[in-house]
Parts: sequence; C-alpha cells; structure tokens
Amino acid sequence: MRWFWIDRFVEFQSGRRAVAIKCVSLGEPHLHDYFPGFPVQPPSLVVEGIAQTGGILVGEYYGFSNRVVLAKISSAKFYALPRPGDQLRYELTIESIQQDGSMCRGVSYLGDKMQAEVELCFAHLNERNQSRELYSPAGFLRMLRAFGLYDVAIDANGQPAVIPQYLLDAERQDLGHA
Amino acid sequence: MAPSDSEIFDKVRQALIDALGVEDDEVTAEATLVGDLGAESIDFLDIVFRLEKTFGIDIPRAELFPEDILTNSNFVHNGRVTETGVAELKKRMPFADLSNFEENPLVQEFGNLLTVKDMCRYVRGKVAG
Repeated sequence: MRWFWIDRFVEFQSGRRAVAIKCVSLGEPHLHDYFPGFPVQPPSLVVEGIAQTGGILVGEYYGFSNRVVLAKISSAKFYALPRPGDQLRYELTIESIQQDGSMCRGVSYLGDKMQAEVELCFAHLNERNQSRELYSPAGFLRMLRAFGLYDVAIDANGQPAVIPQYLLDAERQDLGHA
Repeated sequence: MAPSDSEIFDKVRQALIDALGVEDDEVTAEATLVGDLGAESIDFLDIVFRLEKTFGIDIPRAELFPEDILTNSNFVHNGRVTETGVAELKKRMPFADLSNFEENPLVQEFGNLLTVKDMCRYVRGKVAG
C-alpha cells in the first residue's frame, strides 16, 4: 500500500492554489475498520489528503528544494462523513508563505457541499536538517506524474509549469538514459 | 483610524487563542508566549500569520525572532548574550521588556522572553506606521 491520499490533481496554480480529488472506494481496506459495518473515509485521512495536496503546492513553489513537513493542524472542522462511491474535492489555498514555513487553508467538498475545513501549518526544512532522503528524486517525480500534477500545473504567468531539471535528470538516470 | 490599545489587545488575544488553543482567561498581558501559553516554535508562524491578517501588517521574521544576533559569536559568549548583544537586542526589539533577561542573559532563555504585552506593543508600533 502506498501512502497516497489523493488520486489526481485537477487544478494547480503555482504559489496560489491547488485542487485534487480523492475517490473513496469500498475496495480500500481501512474503510472496513473505522466504524465496522458503516464504511466511511476517516476524517484523519481526509486531513492527510488535504495536507498532501497542500504540501505539494507549497513544495512546488520552491522547486521542491525544501522538505515540506506538516507541522501543525491549526483547526479542523468536519461536516459530513465520506462514504464509498463519493468523490472528495480538496481545494487548497496558500494563505502565507515564507522561506521557513507556510500556512494553507483547505476545504474538502462532496459535490457542492462543504465536507471539511482545515487550516494547516507547514515547516520547510532546508538541507541542514535533512539527515536522510525520504524519496529518491526519480521516485518523487514518478509520484508527481502519477498524481497528474504536470498535466494541469501552471506557473505564476499562466504558462505550463516546468519540471525542475534535477528531477528530470534523476528520472533519466533511473531509466538508464544518462 | 489607528486601533486603541484595548482593541489591539483583544485582537492579539484572539490570534493567540486561535493559534494556541488556549482559553480567554489564560491570555493575560503578562503571560509569556512560550512558558505560560505553551507556544512552540512552529506556533510562531501561525501567530505571525494571524497578526498579519488581522492588522493588515507585514511582520519580518527577524524583527520578532532575532536569530542572527543569537547565533552571532560577536554577541554571544559561552551561551550568554554579551552586553553588546543585549544592546543590539534592545535596538532591534524596542517593544520587548528585556529587564528580566538582562539579569541572566542565557541564549536558551531568550525564547521565553516575549509576553502578550510585548506582542501588543510590537503591533501598536507597526499599525502606527
């Protein structure tokens, strides 16, 4: 199992906003354990999906040069429990971003109804406090591609976002094209 | 029109309640952000964001957290801020009451210096332009 709690990006404006969707399926094992007999997507995993959307939004702003860590959930409100067959739409907005951290607001929608509202605080760790690699750059790019990030991402000028060169180089090397 | 001191205090208090999840009555003027209200380093990002939004001001990180001074060997000796360093801190942070810190200026104690009153003074200085 991969720790992916979004399925696809459907909108991505560098440094501003991102929208990702998550389809809830009865085929996912965790749905059967939260409330046995009443399968729902647990709120904690909704927050995780919102945080993954926000983490990538924030990380992309700095060309994925910092490690972005969810440091704090400032607030979280839930209005509905997502059921199998539901599609969640996570809309993230950067409220504030600085070199060492950022604040994002995330809203989860079920159709046109608000399902959850979350305020998140991310810490951006630089090289000094990155003692070990969590992802290989090639694996990281593979994940971004799986999310369809670069199918929809645009930069601040509305042009297609460019994949950082070091990720492309790592991918090429990984495929044996170096 | 510039907000009154009590308006500033109420808004600063609300920002701290929202950022730290503390109760109204815990946020007194004398309360220290770290020691009394339990703020951790990541909370300062949250607090700064809320103050910027509430008051429409820009808060450069170095104004509230002069890490460059505290990590500079010209101003710190054996874990203590030197006299020159304290003078530099006073210059950088005119809103903060450094009298207690001055008595035993350990770098590790610096984080527990800021009080709610200091934050209000800082904001007042910013909104006054």
